[in-house]
Amino acid sequence: MRTTAIRNVTTVVIGAGHAGLATSRCLCDRSIDHVVLERGEIAHTWRTERWDSLRLLTPNWQSRLPGFTYNGDDPDGYRTVAEVIEFIASYARAISAPVLTHTTVTSVRSTETGYLVRTDQGDWLCRAVVVASGACNVADVPRFANKVPRSIMQLTAQNYRNPEQLAPDSGVLVVGASSSGTQIAHEIHRSGRPVILSVGEHIRAPRVYRGKDLEWWMDAAGVLDDRYDEVDDLARARRVASLQLAGTPDRSTLDLNALTETGVKLVGRIGGISENGKAQFSGSLRNVCVLSDLKMGRLLDRIDEWAQRNGFDAKANPPHRLPPTRVEPAPPLGVDLASGEIKAIIWATGYRPDYSWLELPVLDRKGRLRHDGGVVSSPGMYLMGAQFMRRRKSALIDGAGDDARDLSAHLTSYLDGIGTTMVNIAQ
Amino acid sequence: MADARSIANNGVNVAALLAAREELTKAPAAAQFKWRAACEWKDGTHSHSTVEGFYGLGEEQHHKRTFTFDADHPEIFASEDKGATPVEYVLVGLASCLTAGIAAIAQNRNIQLRSVTATLEGDMDLQGILGIDDDVRNGFGGIKVTYKIDADAKREDIEALVAQSQKRSAVYDIVTNPTNVTVVVD
Repeated sequence: MRTTAIRNVTTVVIGAGHAGLATSRCLCDRSIDHVVLERGEIAHTWRTERWDSLRLLTPNWQSRLPGFTYNGDDPDGYRTVAEVIEFIASYARAISAPVLTHTTVTSVRSTETGYLVRTDQGDWLCRAVVVASGACNVADVPRFANKVPRSIMQLTAQNYRNPEQLAPDSGVLVVGASSSGTQIAHEIHRSGRPVILSVGEHIRAPRVYRGKDLEWWMDAAGVLDDRYDEVDDLARARRVASLQLAGTPDRSTLDLNALTETGVKLVGRIGGISENGKAQFSGSLRNVCVLSDLKMGRLLDRIDEWAQRNGFDAKANPPHRLPPTRVEPAPPLGVDLASGEIKAIIWATGYRPDYSWLELPVLDRKGRLRHDGGVVSSPGMYLMGAQFMRRRKSALIDGAGDDARDLSAHLTSYLDGIGTTMVNIAQ
Repeated sequence: MADARSIANNGVNVAALLAAREELTKAPAAAQFKWRAACEWKDGTHSHSTVEGFYGLGEEQHHKRTFTFDADHPEIFASEDKGATPVEYVLVGLASCLTAGIAAIAQNRNIQLRSVTATLEGDMDLQGILGIDDDVRNGFGGIKVTYKIDADAKREDIEALVAQSQKRSAVYDIVTNPTNVTVVVD
């Protein structure tokens, strides 16, 4: 039943994923009345936009939210999709988050006193808005995908579910070699469908290093807490894809060497599709792999330095390095998409957020939200869950807590009328 | 490794480049450049090219002088060898682009270079350009670039310079990725 009366609330939080819920918990702690608007069910995209076998790439102990840590019996394991949904849904129950489900925000506009949030279930007037609608709303597929012959099935990491979606004798081209692409390529190839993997820039990382999970090191050594205002090239850091890590139950490293060993064929970054249906791959594959190996080396150097300074050298296995990524002397530079060799293409080329409903001048010329560590360039508006938003871990489940605490402190000051400019938040 | 107090001097004005990057981030229109060359046939397979003007920072620009290039085919191609072959110009283009990049990146990373030499080789099966075999391409089957670098740095850091140079090289991109080429007759 559609309600026509406008309702008032101090703060509207858009999205009931882990970030919106962490925000809700912090607002509750500060007694700020608010509502969380969710277009589907709680943890919506976990129910509708993940492939079947997906597991988090962060270990269970690390997937924690304010007031809600992991207390199961497999702290070093990696949650399945069903377990993530249960985790987020039980968090919402535990904190009694004021969530309105099946409520889609259709627009957000400025008013004299704050914002008008319109939804398909009625409108809200509020003083502050937290945009927790996610950074992965739309799969980012290259424009030349429209040149792929119609006979080829095209999926993205967002609507891929399992190899059975593809014809049994398919040759498959997977585009993208970060976390999603490598996992999807591996799974499809193991199902008996030969995979060609198109590899652009990526960040290789060992799953286990010196006997401990890589994420344990990144947490302990403070890498995940690197701040947005202290990093060298923030714009670039915010565009970096996820680590080439997978939540493998046996904790093996699913890197390009592992894929090559199972028979996946590596080719360079896809540069375009010619008029006669030939997919063109860059001749830069070797350098891209060298760059990735060097980046991994720098990360492990940083970890080793921290371990040495903090007395971990005795407790952990000695430092070691993975063998270089193997690239054949002359990888193929193209594949004929019209020949029938390839029957499906999976685009694992990243995502972008959808802000089409945000009717405010807060976007830059590339459609990205303008913000300073999550404080959006419109007074009383905040962003949650974006890549390297405030810290390197901002896009991880574990990043939501600290970000939500910081931003709810800022929001509180804002509501108290302490200026509309940046307030120094205790670090 | 150069000690922190000494600034490496590879002759690259990195400060100016970084300042330019800042400016162009705010004014992307000024970042639109056009590079040009003109070519005149002389005789046989010999042609003479000149490079003088280019467009950038919102207006026409000029090199300090006109640069000239003679290109030809060698005598075993029944030509006069009055200049290097066009494909050798491509190797020169790639080498110079990567080498300039190495110098700039080394400067930015405070690494003192003492010597940098590159040798390049592109293999080519003539059955392509001679139309003998349709399965053979006209251009290079592959290009191999070998750098010998003497610098004040660990091997890993030198390899990183070379890797980063490829990442940001215009000619490397032109050669490894597809580029639209439109040829019209006036």
